[in-house]
Amino acid sequence: MTVSGTPATDRPQVVRAIADQHRQQRGPLLPILHEVMAEFGHIERGDVEVIAEVLNLSVAEVHGVVSFYHDFRTAPPAEHAISLCRGEACQSVGGEGLMDRTRARAARGELGESVEVNEVFCLGNCALGPAGMVQGNLLGRLDDERVEAIAAGWRA
Amino acid sequence: MSTRVYVPGDAAAISVGADEVAAAFAAQGFEVVRTGSRGMLWAEPLVELDSADGRVGFAGVTSAAAAQAASTDWASLESMSIGLVDQHPWMAAQRRVTTARLGVVDPASIADYEAHGGWAGLRRALQIGPAAVVEEVITSGLRGRGGAGFPAGIKWRTVAEQDSEVKFVCCNFDEGDSGTFADRMVVEGDPFTLIEGMIIAGFAVGAREGLVYVRSEYPHAVRALRRAVEAAYTHGYLGADVTGSGVAFDLDVRVGAGAYICGEESAMLESLEGKRGEVRAKPPIPAISGLFGKPTVANNVLTLCTVPMILADGGAAYAEYGVDRSRGTQVFQLAGNIARGGLVELPFGHTLGELVESYGGGTRSGRPVRAVQVGGPLGAYVAPSQFDLPLDYEAFAAADAMLGHGGVVVFDDTVDMAKMARFALEFCSKESCGKCTPCRVGSTRGVETMDHILAGRDIDRNLVLLDDLCETMTKGSLCAMGGLTPMPVQSALRHWPEDFHAAGAAQHATEGDPR
Repeated sequence: MTVSGTPATDRPQVVRAIADQHRQQRGPLLPILHEVMAEFGHIERGDVEVIAEVLNLSVAEVHGVVSFYHDFRTAPPAEHAISLCRGEACQSVGGEGLMDRTRARAARGELGESVEVNEVFCLGNCALGPAGMVQGNLLGRLDDERVEAIAAGWRA
Repeated sequence: MSTRVYVPGDAAAISVGADEVAAAFAAQGFEVVRTGSRGMLWAEPLVELDSADGRVGFAGVTSAAAAQAASTDWASLESMSIGLVDQHPWMAAQRRVTTARLGVVDPASIADYEAHGGWAGLRRALQIGPAAVVEEVITSGLRGRGGAGFPAGIKWRTVAEQDSEVKFVCCNFDEGDSGTFADRMVVEGDPFTLIEGMIIAGFAVGAREGLVYVRSEYPHAVRALRRAVEAAYTHGYLGADVTGSGVAFDLDVRVGAGAYICGEESAMLESLEGKRGEVRAKPPIPAISGLFGKPTVANNVLTLCTVPMILADGGAAYAEYGVDRSRGTQVFQLAGNIARGGLVELPFGHTLGELVESYGGGTRSGRPVRAVQVGGPLGAYVAPSQFDLPLDYEAFAAADAMLGHGGVVVFDDTVDMAKMARFALEFCSKESCGKCTPCRVGSTRGVETMDHILAGRDIDRNLVLLDDLCETMTKGSLCAMGGLTPMPVQSALRHWPEDFHAAGAAQHATEGDPR
């Protein structure tokens, strides 16, 4: 399944179209990879080959970029994800404890069937920590109750 | 006419309920204007209402209280009033230059920007010509606000002197330092200021292309900036003929992909080129050989956002603020365990203690302050005994600390400084680009060494090893990531050595002293 519902057989064509659309841009690789991520949720080996061909780069060069950046993932994401900040400012107000407890609950399946808890270093909400993010929405003053309220929405 | 209320659309305000508050007002027929945040983050959601004397603020407004505002003639919010926002002691004593419009204007309205003094800097720049613009910036004494503090005007002059058809202006908006959020807030709340600053920079150095490198952790800011860029194109401020002046300037917004190191300027340039964000060896400096090998101005958001004010009011006026070689104002960010966190713009020279105690009001937990980290994850931990340190680049450097990007993260007395030292090394091991050995390997070995210390194994010998490792990283790393990671580690050890010996002491207590 893909984020936008593109059939898997069309994937190489879709990736090629994305790459073609950006190839005239200066430094097109990151914008292409972002768009593939938005379309499919992750980047597959086959995508790397198509992008390399369109941009006239080696597969190793494109793979090297994919593997360098935390955002570019090579396996499909869980159905739901929460990012919790581990930066110093959030640590000063109990962020590490919240991270440990949330991860433990996720491991026990208490947050929902398909949930991942990701670490992030700073979301720019350092005066209102602990901070987190769900689907691009910034969260502040997080605690166990607020995390549970979010998870309840996932389980519903 | 319906009553107008101002509700911040800033991501931090939204993170504590501003969208719900805005919806509650809108449902009652109020005209809701989504401004940026004033920076009083402790008061968010901070709702403002026009009055004859100025805007009156209501702090910590809930959607329930907002929902009753119309029917109770604002009585539901009365207990939340903080009076006139501009005259509130937290705001009135600040000197807002870079952030003058923040929280006041509607970031979606180019007309509002113009009505509040926008484009005045650009108009003057076009009048006086490129060379005079560079001179104004040199006169202002403006130094790079990203952390390195290099004089912006000197950088611009170097780029202007290069003989090249193609040059670039790159805005570093990869604000990855924990405890910093000023770039994000300024772009979300007053994005046209950045656009104006970049057009002026391009005009001054002869660059026709600008790129903003935004971190992917800031989706709200990406949207706000892209919307503003589109409006600037529509209104003729960007494109082939900027406001009919014959000057061309194009601006593109690029999104990073989760890599702290891309805040280092050469790694940012690599990333913009579509490569791994690995740092480059210097020389050559980016001003001579930067993006795609072309002369490039690489400046932080706050640096570029200060330029329009400098051009509008003159470099000399800006230089009147500050002390010694730290001229102008700095946008400080109070963060962490702090009662009144937020954004405080002050001339250089005030003390750290004023920031933490007078503005910050001490810790949020109410416990005593134990440590303050200034300047991000690579900055030193400072003890309350140093609160009389003046906020000035050189004074901090002399105290083996740094101002960096102006982030101030407060910790109460429950913090374990040995664990914070370990975290500094862990962060470096996760975010190192891997290009140079001291940073890539040193950080990993540092984490292992700290684990031994935290477990109480051979503490004294491991501290010698840690010190040696820090020296290697400081002197041998290619960039500030590996070069400055020892700063939080060694400052923690210097001020709070007892935390590094705690595990050993605990073992002695339970096992009897083996000596």
